Amino acid sequence: MSNVVVVTSGKGGVGKTTSSASLGASLARAGSKVVVVDFDVGLRNLDLVMGAERRVVFDLVNVVQGDAKLPQALIRDKRLENLSLLPASQTRDKDALTEEGVGRVIDELRESFDWIICDSPAGIEKGATMAMRFADTAVVVTNPEVSSVRDSDRIIGMLDSKTCRAERGERLEKQLLLTRYDAGRAARGEMMTVEDVLEILAIPLLGIINESPDVLTASNVGCPITLHNPASAAARAYDDAARRLMGETVPLTTPRQEKQGFMARLFGRKAAA
Amino acid sequence: MSILNFFTRGRTSAPVARERLQVLLAHERALTGGADLAAVLKQEILEVIARHIPIDRDRVMVKLDRGDQVSTLEIDIEMPDAALTGGPAPARRRRTAQASRAAR
Repeated sequence: MSNVVVVTSGKGGVGKTTSSASLGASLARAGSKVVVVDFDVGLRNLDLVMGAERRVVFDLVNVVQGDAKLPQALIRDKRLENLSLLPASQTRDKDALTEEGVGRVIDELRESFDWIICDSPAGIEKGATMAMRFADTAVVVTNPEVSSVRDSDRIIGMLDSKTCRAERGERLEKQLLLTRYDAGRAARGEMMTVEDVLEILAIPLLGIINESPDVLTASNVGCPITLHNPASAAARAYDDAARRLMGETVPLTTPRQEKQGFMARLFGRKAAA
Repeated sequence: MSILNFFTRGRTSAPVARERLQVLLAHERALTGGADLAAVLKQEILEVIARHIPIDRDRVMVKLDRGDQVSTLEIDIEMPDAALTGGPAPARRRRTAQASRAAR
């Protein structure tokens, strides 16, 4: 039984694509067959973050419109054979996606993958609604920051009204992935805490990803952080989130401010990295 | 850092962010929820009325106003004269009702 997961947020730049790639790689490393689908037609980036930008031949729009077969468009990851990518089109616009076409592609993906991770574009327009339309589960990516929380609230409302599951009166599980969190700043009252965000959005917590330079390093080299630097705090947090997605009960370790040595404090973060 | 903390204590920004969001979202949720409710009500009211009276769907207005104390639901339906002077639809229904009574 495959699971369609939409990774969404409303606001841009909060880490949807990074999270889609990282969770996808974590799930694949755990042995599942995973495909990550980029719905950001016109502004595709998942290919770049996953290091497959030079291997794109056909894309989601080609498959939706019947110009290419699904296996022709799927790109198999070079590091993990059970991880695949379905890229978005870079030259078309979001209206090229039809509900009927996307539904057909999702059904076909369900036949060969355990997890279908739909990386949603920012906004609340067609691309975003198509990415969430057929979802069984939603991962709402949020930064502890006012505009991101507001937009997430809006997206949660859409998940409850505009998805197939919602229309059939079925349950669509929504979970919060809090990214770019800084426990130190939260403790000092400079940033909303995990509890603050959870209280406002009122959905269960999937995981907390601390602000970390390792995340940028991984995207610089085009490798999901869970593969590039599995020992890093961010990768471990994504691994834990992936295990929770799989239904495991993983205790949440409250992120603490990373302890810095004397020299690191003297020379700043870069010296520590 | 600790000296800076001492001076800024009690004036931290995160609680302000939380409160602003709580107020704003309470308002926005009521708005979007209300819009959907009016649409659902309109659809269902239309279906009920259309079962008995032939009406023009464009001539129906459903308005939901939310006030602090009382909210009002305003329904404005324009009906053709023929609808009330005994159209064929209600008459047929009456016959069916009589028939079912007779059968019992």
